[in-house]
Amino acid sequence: MYFGLSEEQKSLEENINRFLADNAPLDTIKAVAEGDTDKAREVHRGIIDLGLSGLVVPEEYGGLELNMLFATVVSAALGSGTAPVPYVGSYVMAPLAINLAGEENQKNQWLPKIAGGECVIGVGLSEYVGAREDAGIEFVNGKLSGRCLFIVDGKDADAYLLANKSGELYIVDSSNSGIEVIELTTVDKTRTSIELILKDVDAELLPGSTDKSVIEKVLDAGRLMLAADTVGAAQVMLNKSVAYSLERKQFGRLIGSFQAVKHMCAEMAADLEPCHSMIWHAAHCLDNVPEESRLMACQTKAHISEVGKQVSKTATEVHGGMGFTDELGLHYWFKRIGLNRQLLGSPELIREEAGRIQGFDQ
Amino acid sequence: MDLEYGPQYDDFRAEVINFIKENENIKLSGPPRSESRVEWQQKLIDNGYFARSIPKEYGGYGGDMDIIKLRIIAEEFAKSPIPKPAGGQGIQMLVPTLLSLGTEEQKQEYIRPTLRGEILWCQGYSEPNSGSDLASLQTKAELDGDEWVINGQKIWTSTAHLSQMCFILVRTEPDAPKHQGISYLLMPMDAEGIDRRPIKQMTGDSDFNELFLTDVRIPAGNIVGARGEGWKVANATLGHERGSLADPNVTQNRLNSLIDLMKNETIDGQRVIDKPIFRDRLLSIQGRLMAQHSNALRILSSQINKEQDATLAKFIVKLQGTELRHELEGLAIDAMGELGTLYEDSPHLRDNGVWQMTYMYYLGLIIGGGTNQIQKNIISERALGMPKEPKIQGA
Repeated sequence: MYFGLSEEQKSLEENINRFLADNAPLDTIKAVAEGDTDKAREVHRGIIDLGLSGLVVPEEYGGLELNMLFATVVSAALGSGTAPVPYVGSYVMAPLAINLAGEENQKNQWLPKIAGGECVIGVGLSEYVGAREDAGIEFVNGKLSGRCLFIVDGKDADAYLLANKSGELYIVDSSNSGIEVIELTTVDKTRTSIELILKDVDAELLPGSTDKSVIEKVLDAGRLMLAADTVGAAQVMLNKSVAYSLERKQFGRLIGSFQAVKHMCAEMAADLEPCHSMIWHAAHCLDNVPEESRLMACQTKAHISEVGKQVSKTATEVHGGMGFTDELGLHYWFKRIGLNRQLLGSPELIREEAGRIQGFDQ
Repeated sequence: MDLEYGPQYDDFRAEVINFIKENENIKLSGPPRSESRVEWQQKLIDNGYFARSIPKEYGGYGGDMDIIKLRIIAEEFAKSPIPKPAGGQGIQMLVPTLLSLGTEEQKQEYIRPTLRGEILWCQGYSEPNSGSDLASLQTKAELDGDEWVINGQKIWTSTAHLSQMCFILVRTEPDAPKHQGISYLLMPMDAEGIDRRPIKQMTGDSDFNELFLTDVRIPAGNIVGARGEGWKVANATLGHERGSLADPNVTQNRLNSLIDLMKNETIDGQRVIDKPIFRDRLLSIQGRLMAQHSNALRILSSQINKEQDATLAKFIVKLQGTELRHELEGLAIDAMGELGTLYEDSPHLRDNGVWQMTYMYYLGLIIGGGTNQIQKNIISERALGMPKEPKIQGA
């Protein structure tokens, strides 16, 4: 029995951390947030060179064929660096969906390109999770029409993977005619988000997705990745809080020697420490224990969203006025956690689902 | 990542299951220390299901310290109504202390009867003016010939009315700094000069006592460790207490009962579990519990794989576990509404009033065993490396 990360997983984590520290320091994050797309492309290129685009793609299609635990480790590392790159949609949910539900020609068309870092796929599942503004898509005679909100990794994507309200998945080449892209500006400027308006756009169904278990698996994976991203980001906020409290003096003392501050840090640590174990455990269930994976993924996303909210608030408070400034940049982590919380379902929405999964309605 | 115990443990598990099947119907009667209880405890030791790694010469089973086997025993016993091994502060705290720091005579004299349940122990630590600041304790012991003479007052002494012995912290070196002036003594509860008064607590029960000690004389040899080293000796055992207060597996059983309760109780004919706000609270608690369960797996893994570090994961168990349990019991009360306030032997009482009782009891555990505020000091100082609060001059 061994519960934890392997040496290989730890070294992957270290590699990403080192890469981000060297290539995406706070100045770079700020530049990207202010619209420097060249810098964003450089960082993106770098994570492709690390092999992250092909992480979950099967070997026969040119990927590394690693499991969800590896993908979770990567997501947490990207969250800790507020990395301005596509990942959860393009490199986890999209290849997973295509591999699970695509026909052979669809797999051959997309998976090698994803693995090779030659294409980005935006993923839009929001209308399946819970449609806002009555958005949604319909598929008639091979053509998609309608509207999708909050496409993850959708900006400048080469293709879109979109779900209708019953969970069937369609893949759309972004160069097809009839697509209007509207850029959305969320609080989190380290990642992009778009809205799509489709009018009779050529699209292909992923045939396996008529079985609802496909979108459920894709959602479970996506939610777990977002939870891991939050854990990574929240851990950095806690570490920064402790470090700041051991530098900053008031009343002739380090503020970290006041119980009021110590207890805030202890509460963050007590809430956050089990979350590391929880994402590993959930990943293990997605990889090996299918009967527990749905509930585990839902509760992991819901619980970690709550912890992330609390930690990001408390950590900002520990930094006092500095925590509120743009200069310190702590807000990038705060906002990253804020977006993760809402993507693919807010905690309340996901807990509703967790109740249904357990048969509470019976 | 590997959550399997491995096929080499299949035979062992089968053995445990077989033992449980053969003994499942045993019902223990009579008070603690009665013959049937001692016999059962001895049978568990003889089969290696209790005191497994304690040496045979001191009354244990003398087996290997195999964490997975201990885990399998705990898992299988938890599934069955079979009588569980007796616990208590003697077994949880005194025995490990004597094993690591006691003299050969003390080990020979006390460990076997303690394991068998023939000697029950209470803990004489807290005093009316020394709670969170335990090291400021003032109960003193002076050596008079070959006897310690103890004077002072202890409080929050659990099970003192049932115990034959007390492991007690006393000040023996009044001129030394406070942490270095304390000794750890073993005091027979039938010694003259011990006056015990039960403390009635908010639940209505009396689990605790006050002890008034007036010229209590005990043999000079009843000391564990050297004079003035009692603080170190005591700290070796406090670690054993903290983890045991908040086992997520026990909380899981309570959550299952809570789910049943919320399916059975109705408001205007609608099941409580179908009311979205109640259901959301239930699911939030479940999410927190799942996180704690994952945390427990990490701790277990660190005990099996020595190279794994789970320091912070261990430090937070008491704080997180007691708070969660208190909230869980409180949700059950809210789910019952006015019915949730019923107590003792009232008409319409649910589950013998166990929800209110446990709700209050866990508030006690949030305070006891080192308050949760003290836990936060420990987490911030020992795990996060933050400084201690500076001493205030003259206070």
